[in-house]
Amino acid sequence: MTIAALAFYVFAFTVVAAGLLVVLARNPVHSVLWLILAFISAAGLFVLLGAEFVAMLLVIVYVGAVAVLFLFVVMMLDVDFAALKAEMARHLPLASLIGLVLLIQMGLAYGAWSSSELAERLRGAPAPAPATVENSRALGLILYDRYLYLFQAAGLVLLVAMVGAIVLTLRHRTTVKRQDVLAQMYRDPATAMELRDVRPGQGLG
Amino acid sequence: MTRADLLTVLPEALLALAALAALMWGVFGGKDRLALPILWATAALLAALAVWIAAAGEGARTAFGGLFVDDAFARFAKVVLLAAAAAVLAMAAGVLGRRGLLRFEFPVLVALAALGMMMMVSAGDLMALYMGLELQSLALYVIAAMRRDSVRSTEAGLKYFVLGALASGLMLYGASLAYGFAGTTGFAGILEALAAGETPLGLLFGLVFLLAGLSFKVSAVPFHMWTPDVYEGAPTPVTAFFATAPKVAAMALIARLVHDAFGPAGHDWRQVVALLAVASMFLGAVAGIGQRDFKRLMAYSSIGHMGFALVGLAAGSATGVQTMLVYLAIYATMNVGVFAFILAMEREGRHLTDLASLGLLARREPTAALALMILLFSLAGVPPLLGFFAKYGVLLAAVEADMAWLALAGVIASVISAFYYIRIVYLMYFGDEGEGLDGAMTPAQKTLLVVTAAVMVAGIVNLFGIEAPAAAAAQALVR
Repeated sequence: MTIAALAFYVFAFTVVAAGLLVVLARNPVHSVLWLILAFISAAGLFVLLGAEFVAMLLVIVYVGAVAVLFLFVVMMLDVDFAALKAEMARHLPLASLIGLVLLIQMGLAYGAWSSSELAERLRGAPAPAPATVENSRALGLILYDRYLYLFQAAGLVLLVAMVGAIVLTLRHRTTVKRQDVLAQMYRDPATAMELRDVRPGQGLG
Repeated sequence: MTRADLLTVLPEALLALAALAALMWGVFGGKDRLALPILWATAALLAALAVWIAAAGEGARTAFGGLFVDDAFARFAKVVLLAAAAAVLAMAAGVLGRRGLLRFEFPVLVALAALGMMMMVSAGDLMALYMGLELQSLALYVIAAMRRDSVRSTEAGLKYFVLGALASGLMLYGASLAYGFAGTTGFAGILEALAAGETPLGLLFGLVFLLAGLSFKVSAVPFHMWTPDVYEGAPTPVTAFFATAPKVAAMALIARLVHDAFGPAGHDWRQVVALLAVASMFLGAVAGIGQRDFKRLMAYSSIGHMGFALVGLAAGSATGVQTMLVYLAIYATMNVGVFAFILAMEREGRHLTDLASLGLLARREPTAALALMILLFSLAGVPPLLGFFAKYGVLLAAVEADMAWLALAGVIASVISAFYYIRIVYLMYFGDEGEGLDGAMTPAQKTLLVVTAAVMVAGIVNLFGIEAPAAAAAQALVR
């Protein structure tokens, strides 16, 4: 067994085990931590495949940003996971029966699986030959050139998601007094103050 | 990516840029005070795009390496859905303020949903299909829940979102199986791989999953459960939108997928589509009988009508696709008319959709009652109105394709469903005069109601000549 094969089995086993523990862990914070382990191991698998750029993206974006965000959300949301699980347990028998039937059907489908003879050629068609271009350039060629249309469409989908989040959650409170920094800066003594001479014993009347 | 690619997607690109500009205008220009100007500008733009696409487009072009297809079929569907979206915006304009919907995001989201639908009907690749579908669906989820202070609107949005996400998941799984078989997500590639040999079991699984996911979007039985609740809970302008443009787009998308990508497997998907059609027609006809709410009734009506449109598709022929397109165009027109009326149903300033409130409407509003009666008879498929010719067309296509049993089922379902349409007519002309309605229709609503009713009568001469473009569209799709 070569070093590469050994590394593959280590990473692959860790991904699967960590993925299972994400679902099984009782504490949601632990779930997120297991998720981070799964991400890092998957990055290792990408390195073994020669896709260093994707591996780095996985570490920086998913571990660095997404997982931390998850952690915040899990800690800030006050969700009673025990109650949710109790609710789920009620439906468990029926759900597992349906899942089992589906699994058997899928198994039958995979048992009779066959790919088209053209599949091998067509699968390689969109990507440039790996030997001629480096990783990030190949990714860029696919993402920003060949699939530009899909890239822009994805941008619009994200825009709709953002607009939707704002529409459904933002409330303009009219009863709150807000600090208006510009108004504070543009105040000057001429408008903000009035100087009066007050004579002794007479007041301002 | 070349100039030619960008020119092919010019209508879509313009709509996207207009939506972005409207968003910026709304955010920096005065928020919800601009809702109505933005709404009218969006409606005008959608209508202008419909006219432009109808007048200018010819031939078949692909762009971005086959991701985007611009052919007669896509253009026909785009014209119908853009016109329907523009009409819904126009008739919603008068009531938005009273229904707590006067927000500038509403027309922007409708424009983005319309953009998603245009991308759907022009998809030439499973990925492009999914992107268009998600753009449309996400925008629809948001506008369904837009009245966030109303429990029922929120429930409608959430229900639609959760079930829609599930349907998307099913569809993606099917897409991955299709990719596993063909090695490509392009429709042309899948077609090529299918033509080269037999259809394996795994690909059939993929096809069924894809059809299940898409059936959810057209609310075909057994994927219809969300429809009545969402129609009833969503604000009425949103329901009017749901009942028209997205249905046309999703149905056209199914036709594009089964013909463009799975054409050689016709005998396989035709069974599935025929089953969906029969189940939808009967459930729409039977379950609508007990309804007391107009919006809920229209939900069951739309389920039934989608069943009829699927009959045309199940025929698997060019005639079938042609009659399906004509059916969708007529269906959208009828729904625009009926919802123009429903939008205006009010008593003492409060919107209500109870059927009982229509009692003896003919005494107080003879014109509206007459127009609504024509539309309802047309929805029921009573000759000699346009709705009859729509149904006749799809059933004839089924008979020609040796599916007489399907046509027979359609006739029976049509007779059953006639009951609930005609009951409304009975209520309007002979029912009990209850508290009644006292709302007034806006000019746009009145015009649309009367014009669509007039179309149902006048269209029987030559269907306004839409048969020729529909035939060209079907020829472009079925080869």
